[in-house]
Amino acid sequence: MVVFDKPHALTDAPLHYCPGCTHGIIHRLVAEVMDELGIEGKSIGVAPVGCSVMAYNYFGCDMIQAAHGRAPAVATGIKRADPSKVVFTYQGDGDLAAIGTAETVHSAARRENITVIFVNNAIYGMTGGQMAPTTLPGQVTQTSPYGRDVSVAGYPVKVAELLSNVDGAAYIERVAVNNVKNINKAKKAIKKAFQNQIDGKGFSLVEVLSTCPTNWGVTPEKALTWLEENMMPYYPLGVYKDIYAEEETK
Amino acid sequence: MSKSCSILFAGFGGQGVLFAGKFLAYKGLDEGKQVSWLPSYGPEMRGGTANCSVIISDDPIGSPIISEPDILVAMNLPSLDKYESTVKKGGKIIIDSSLIGRKVERDDVEVFYVPATELANKNNTPKLANMIIAGKLMKECDVIAYDHMREALAHVVSARHQDMLEVNLGAIEIGYNA
Amino acid sequence: MAEKVLMKGNEAIAEAAIMAGCRHYFGYPITPQTEVAAYMAKRMPKIEGGVFLQAESEIAAINMVYGVAATGKRVMTSSSSPGISLKSEGISYIAGCDLPALIVNVQRGGPGLGGIQPSQSDYFQATRGSGHGDYHLIVLAPASVQEMASLTFKAFNLADKYRMPTMILADGTMGQMMEPVSLDMGEVETYEKPWALTGTNMEREHNIVNSLSLVPEELEKFNFERFEKYKAIEENEALCEEFMMEDAEICIAAFGIASRVSKNAVIEARKQGIKAGLIRPITLWPFPKKAFAKAADKVKSFISVEMSMGQMIEDVKLATECKKPVTLCNRAGGMIPSPEQVLEAIIEANKGGDK
Repeated sequence: MVVFDKPHALTDAPLHYCPGCTHGIIHRLVAEVMDELGIEGKSIGVAPVGCSVMAYNYFGCDMIQAAHGRAPAVATGIKRADPSKVVFTYQGDGDLAAIGTAETVHSAARRENITVIFVNNAIYGMTGGQMAPTTLPGQVTQTSPYGRDVSVAGYPVKVAELLSNVDGAAYIERVAVNNVKNINKAKKAIKKAFQNQIDGKGFSLVEVLSTCPTNWGVTPEKALTWLEENMMPYYPLGVYKDIYAEEETK
Repeated sequence: MSKSCSILFAGFGGQGVLFAGKFLAYKGLDEGKQVSWLPSYGPEMRGGTANCSVIISDDPIGSPIISEPDILVAMNLPSLDKYESTVKKGGKIIIDSSLIGRKVERDDVEVFYVPATELANKNNTPKLANMIIAGKLMKECDVIAYDHMREALAHVVSARHQDMLEVNLGAIEIGYNA
Repeated sequence: MAEKVLMKGNEAIAEAAIMAGCRHYFGYPITPQTEVAAYMAKRMPKIEGGVFLQAESEIAAINMVYGVAATGKRVMTSSSSPGISLKSEGISYIAGCDLPALIVNVQRGGPGLGGIQPSQSDYFQATRGSGHGDYHLIVLAPASVQEMASLTFKAFNLADKYRMPTMILADGTMGQMMEPVSLDMGEVETYEKPWALTGTNMEREHNIVNSLSLVPEELEKFNFERFEKYKAIEENEALCEEFMMEDAEICIAAFGIASRVSKNAVIEARKQGIKAGLIRPITLWPFPKKAFAKAADKVKSFISVEMSMGQMIEDVKLATECKKPVTLCNRAGGMIPSPEQVLEAIIEANKGGDK
């Protein structure tokens, strides 16, 4: 008999996320992967500033909370201090792709042997729905009330594409959690990103397209449709870089 | 009586004034003296003027900054122009006369004109004018002795260049006898 | 006693840190402290477990320090004034998470990009907590290359003892000059660190290193507790050197290189029959209040000699409760006061009589 149970690597603390937000799903995937790989006891997670700031309460492994955008630098310190630990960051789009761009790019360039879970929901959630570096052209937010005008606010940052051009990055994949099939794919990618670290393969990042019904101003169900119709065409899913797969096919 | 000597070693970047100053500081340290070595730093080190202040003393050293040196070493004209007036009354100025055309204007200091660059070229060690001047300085500075030079030099000549020890010693000797 | 070697102040800091068990250094080039990074780059790869990493920015460097500090290992960064401004957010986090770490500031003139010559104008930044929120660093101010080493060593012990960041506040002169140093550093103190992120090993509850506290009652409690600790530090760790203070009538307050210049001036003043003395704070926070309070009952006046527009003078006034006049004798922007300038200030103060 299969019992749908909570992964051990998730604590009993009730999640604070809004209804329909997919952070909960992504947390669960990370925790399931920790369970399956048996690494909870030697993992150290880095929580960002943003909606997932309190991720330190939800993951059962040792946790630290980093300043806005600095999670990859903090993870670098931890991993360098003890390479035997499995170190991951869990970051949103404002944290990773705006204020923390330098830390993201340079930790990838150094091929830091860490795992980055990057949750892209095209908006600043915690502060109440402002334009993010990943907000789509024309998308209405609190700070782009007439829609993102690229002539003024510039273009969204495509993190997976960007990092795939960084020599040090080992594995970059973009996934989504909009349906069961994609959730399964997302889990596979996250597992690979952790396995890579265990195998010493270097910087691995999984970009997860996620929803924010509250700040998008739609129902949870509509949010999934919005993600499919707007985000997925702009941010195509797929493996952007996998140096080991490339080596294998050579 | 306790003795103290403050030396300002000045020239172009690349002439080795910091190196020569370091050697003097180590010589003092080897003799059990109190010493300090303070370099100028920043962009002027790359080709502009460079200098270092060395104090060798029997007593603890207060400020390592020298406003009135007992001895000024000037290895180029800008250094002489800048620091001539700062030398203590009754102090000494040592000049590389190969590179500085003019004479010292003051008459209340003792001046030594050493054609260091010329002597260095003649000796086939064109980069060691600094050590020739250092040799002269050792003769004129009564705080440190002219002995155990090899030991003092060994501190500053890097392990990779121990072959340079002999030539440095030779240059110092030329200066001492100049 | 160990043999004395000639070292640059910046190198003495680096070597003493290694002797203190620091195996993790993160930095970013900036004059006039770059020798610390260069020394670490050379030494760390040769030491077991040694990590030297040149970060992409001062901001990244301090956050790498934050990460290592959370694992309980000894860690440091160094920079100069503008770089310390950039690190200040991270320093606030380290203080807010009660983590030990060493930050070295080899000061240069400011504000803005300023210059690269020595300065003491980051006194406020260092002693008031450079980032946001209520916190302190233990701030040590070396006045010789020997102290660059010994106070660095001490700073690591203090950081572990009190679980808080410590700072070496030096300046360009101290960093660049060479003096004889004995590397006889004493004991590395070790402390239990049950709070450290070492992995649960599935044997304990997870440790969380965090400064977020959304319930104000709780955050207030943390602040009160932290300041109880600070009170104990103020009681036990304040350090200063008193020079010719037994019968002094004019008391100079100066730290770092300014105290060296001032010493010369005090000696010269004594030759002229003026009873001058010097109190040199070695810890800037905690400020050696008691020494100044004691002096306030004896001397005619105080002179604060600083390489800034006058920052420590406020602490001198507070410590002496303004019982006696306190004047400022200063240079700024990278200039160093001369012994003559300080002597003039002493002569001037001595004329002041018993006002």
